[in-house]
Amino acid sequence: MSPLAPRILIVDDEAPIRRLIRTALERGGYRVVEAANAREALNAIDIDRPEVVLLDLGLPDRDGIEIIPQLKKAGPALVVVSARDATEAKVAALDLGADDYVTKPFDTEEVLARIRVVLRHRLSAQAEAPVVTVGAVEIDLDARMVRKGGEEVHLTPREYGFVAELARHPGRVLTHAHLLRAIWGPGHEGDVEYLRVAARAVRQKLEADPSAPVLIRNEPGVGYRLMGA
Amino acid sequence: MSPNRDDDRPSPDALLREAAKERRGRLKVFLGAAPGVGKTFEMLLDGRERQKAGTDVAIGIVETHGRAETDALLDGYEIVPRREVDHEGRTLSEMDLDAIIERRPQLVLVDELAHTNAPGSRHPKRYQDVEELLAAGIHVYSTINVQHLESLNDVVASFTKVRVRETVPDGVLDNAEIEMVDIPPDELIERLKEGKVYVPHEATRALGHFFSKSNLSALRELALRRAAQAVDAQMLEHLRAHALAGPWAAGERVVVAVSELPGSEGLVRAAKRLSDALRAPWTAVFIETPRAAAFGDAERQQVAAVLQLAAQLGAHVASVPATNVIEGLKNYTVEARATQIVVGKSARSRWFELRHGSVVDALVRETPGVAVHVLPLAERPERPRLKGGTAAARGGWGSPAGYVLSMVMVAAVTGLGISLYALGSLANLALLYLIPVMAAATFYGLRTGIFAGLLSSLAYNFFFLPPLHTFTINDPSNIVTALMLLAVAAVTSQLAARVRLQADLAQRSAGQNAALAGFARQLTGLIDAEALGRTLCGEAARLLGVDTIFLLPGAKELEPAAAFPPESRLDIIDRTAAGWAYDHCQPAGRGSETLTASDWLFQPLMVGEKALAVFGVARELEDPVRSDQLPLLLSLIDQAALALERISLETEMAKVSQLKERDRLRAALLSSVSHDLRTPLTTILGSIAELRRSKGTDKALVASIESEAQRLNRFVANLLDMARVESGALKLALEPVDLTEAVTAAAHDLKQALAGHPVRLDVPPDLPLVRLDPQLFHHCLINLLDNAGKYAAPETPILVETRRRPDGLTLSVIDAGAALPPGEEMRVFETFARLEGSDRSGGTGLGLAIVKGFAEAMGASVSAAGRSDPTGACFSLHFPEELLVRGSEAE
Repeated sequence: MSPLAPRILIVDDEAPIRRLIRTALERGGYRVVEAANAREALNAIDIDRPEVVLLDLGLPDRDGIEIIPQLKKAGPALVVVSARDATEAKVAALDLGADDYVTKPFDTEEVLARIRVVLRHRLSAQAEAPVVTVGAVEIDLDARMVRKGGEEVHLTPREYGFVAELARHPGRVLTHAHLLRAIWGPGHEGDVEYLRVAARAVRQKLEADPSAPVLIRNEPGVGYRLMGA
Repeated sequence: MSPNRDDDRPSPDALLREAAKERRGRLKVFLGAAPGVGKTFEMLLDGRERQKAGTDVAIGIVETHGRAETDALLDGYEIVPRREVDHEGRTLSEMDLDAIIERRPQLVLVDELAHTNAPGSRHPKRYQDVEELLAAGIHVYSTINVQHLESLNDVVASFTKVRVRETVPDGVLDNAEIEMVDIPPDELIERLKEGKVYVPHEATRALGHFFSKSNLSALRELALRRAAQAVDAQMLEHLRAHALAGPWAAGERVVVAVSELPGSEGLVRAAKRLSDALRAPWTAVFIETPRAAAFGDAERQQVAAVLQLAAQLGAHVASVPATNVIEGLKNYTVEARATQIVVGKSARSRWFELRHGSVVDALVRETPGVAVHVLPLAERPERPRLKGGTAAARGGWGSPAGYVLSMVMVAAVTGLGISLYALGSLANLALLYLIPVMAAATFYGLRTGIFAGLLSSLAYNFFFLPPLHTFTINDPSNIVTALMLLAVAAVTSQLAARVRLQADLAQRSAGQNAALAGFARQLTGLIDAEALGRTLCGEAARLLGVDTIFLLPGAKELEPAAAFPPESRLDIIDRTAAGWAYDHCQPAGRGSETLTASDWLFQPLMVGEKALAVFGVARELEDPVRSDQLPLLLSLIDQAALALERISLETEMAKVSQLKERDRLRAALLSSVSHDLRTPLTTILGSIAELRRSKGTDKALVASIESEAQRLNRFVANLLDMARVESGALKLALEPVDLTEAVTAAAHDLKQALAGHPVRLDVPPDLPLVRLDPQLFHHCLINLLDNAGKYAAPETPILVETRRRPDGLTLSVIDAGAALPPGEEMRVFETFARLEGSDRSGGTGLGLAIVKGFAEAMGASVSAAGRSDPTGACFSLHFPEELLVRGSEAE
């Protein structure tokens, strides 16, 4: 294992789960640090400086939700891995700064995929890719233009805003509130129907088969994610 | 954000703007006692709440003074850039009024309402800017410290020795909602020491003094009082509109003196208008003079009617015993801390031209600082004056025993006189006769006294005045003596009778007060409404000498909960009257103005503007309540109503806390079970995936472990969902859902289980959004698709179809596979349903029950149908019209 390989902190009170994730991560070529509770996690974040934290919410000493801001302060990407599947828990974690959310039981492949997405995003955070390509669709953030199969697609400003915001964070789930704030401005965080309407219009224009969408994935009750970038 | 100008349709933003134009904005002011209590912080928090609720909020101007917690709250707000103003070489930044009006948020936050704008601004003061924003239909949140209020400026300066120049007229706050931001003085001083309070430079000098604990306490009290005043004013508006008695602010108090005279209703109405104008509580008082004890039925009823009217108009009613009107009114005025008295005046009224002169003059003299309003009374009809004055109160002619005793006493005195006469002191003999006269007058009243006086003068004349043993009087001075005896009888009996009546009244009043106090004490211990009813019935029956009944609302109508005597029954008219009293919150039955055919008088037990119960009184062949009893009855009912309110609040609270506790336990249990079951499953499933990748494992074996573990996982998820349905612990978070999106998300999650069964969507593009809980709906779809996948014939697609119907929207999941036995379609939705003789009997039997439970919780319904060509099943969710999001289908 290369000493330059990204370091990943697993925070979970269940040893079997830590072992399982460790196995998968090491197979993926990452260095692994473990913490069994919030206190250990907060120590490890300062000492080991991990690039990614995988955080379980049901910790024995504190609620994992509470320590998200503290963990994020040190700068790692953070993926919540929890058995809590209530949408409020997901939205709360994402609002507090978590980069993504995986519910237990999970597929280890999916965890690895999410880690790749957040790591890539960390690297490209400074220099935003000017053109994001998803399948046959190109989103040109500099020219504020979207092309499908090389042809320009006409989008309204709101529709473009929706696609562009997703393209700036490819692969990551963006909450409804985040998208509404970014596109419609503050004060519209509750107007989910605006978003639904825009998403529907964008699908009609960009997806090969709007009834079987592959580009823009809906996370029920949570938000949207741009796939396959 | 620039508004979207591409669409020709009016945007929701534009519609909001249009709507906002039509009305004035509302002002909410965060009021604090001193700098540093956290007004800005509270305002930002509150604004954030509004923002979350979907309001378009912008910051007009907020000064955080570099406080970190406050700064952090600015995040996520849109801040309208400030306007730069050049003033004598300095650059000042001010709120940009025009930019805010141009931007037109629904709500704008404007810190420091008392701020003075830089010279050259449109308005010299910020509150004027705020006025303009409100006029433009923009809601405003603002902050102010109490010392900036104009009316309090002097008061504050007098004890803090710091005078603030920036003041705001009190009128600005009149229509504002006021939120008091309050922290204890100690905490504020602590915050000051920690440097968390921003203090402008000019104030630093006086700092130590200003932030002393005594100053802060005084400021805090001022602020709290000002906030309470605003709340009171708003509540009074409401109370006045409903003519209710309520908790009133200290301040003006109106007392109206009512009498048996016919014009009294007018007085009561005038007093109501006065108290409305003053926003003051008011009392209608009847002064029970000795004369009132002699009232006939007509007068009693008149007084009762007037007091009743006053009570209906929201007055407190009282009946006060006193020797005369002036004294009674004076005492009551002091006691009730009245500031306004309303009395009536009529040309020949006994009330207002008593022997002692004018009541009005006396009142004005005796009640300094109280405004006396004198209103003309309507001319009263002539009524024969009761003869005999106060002594009539003793029951006219008095008891025969008095006359017999008078004769005995006169005889005894005569006997004594004859033996003394021998000693030769004639003049003193007359004095001896005063004894029987005074005794008779004192103990038996005027008539007996006069009888004793006559008897005495006759005996004196007969036995002692020359010529002896005749009734002739020679000496004129002896005539005077005889007359004197009569006069003494008259005066003594008057005085004695009055003292006696006064004592009686005082005793009765003391008795009533003791009874009320005792009643109040009994009520405090009660914990249910029935016991309260029994106590009220028993006490009222004992104190008023009436039959009583207490009714509580039952399932359909009022049900008697207690009565005295317990066997009291109501007939249909009585029950109608009781129901009317309950529904209209007004008295009904005999002695009221409604349904007088009933033998009972029903009074509602009011709390706020709602009746909680009805109390009835009845008296055999008579009006149930005499005028002098009405105040006592109303007091009893008032107390009982308060107790009933307390009881119902307690019951409610107990229920709520029980429910909360149950919900909490349920949620804790579900989350711990879910955690405990999912953790091992996570490990198992994850490990299988790892195993699959390693060499040398039996692929088929691993695959079967994996599929079974997956099944177990779905089963656990279903069990947990079912537990949520059956415990009734479903909490809905509704939001507009796009059915296409929802179906594709569910199909994606079920990719593995649906292998070989492509999901085909047949959805019209203009389908409206549906207001649903996205998570519950997701679980519904997963179960429907899973079920379809389980029974669909290999390599057949699953069709998901949505159709607009006249009464809503239907989503159907259709498979081609095993048939659904006809006649048993709905049974599939039962928990653990296993259809006999059906191919559709595998699975857990939970999935469809969950679909039904979740769907019904969201307001949707389910149905199932078999299909024949090809065979299979069709499961449908039906969303009624009210779940559809209006206007969204046009997109």
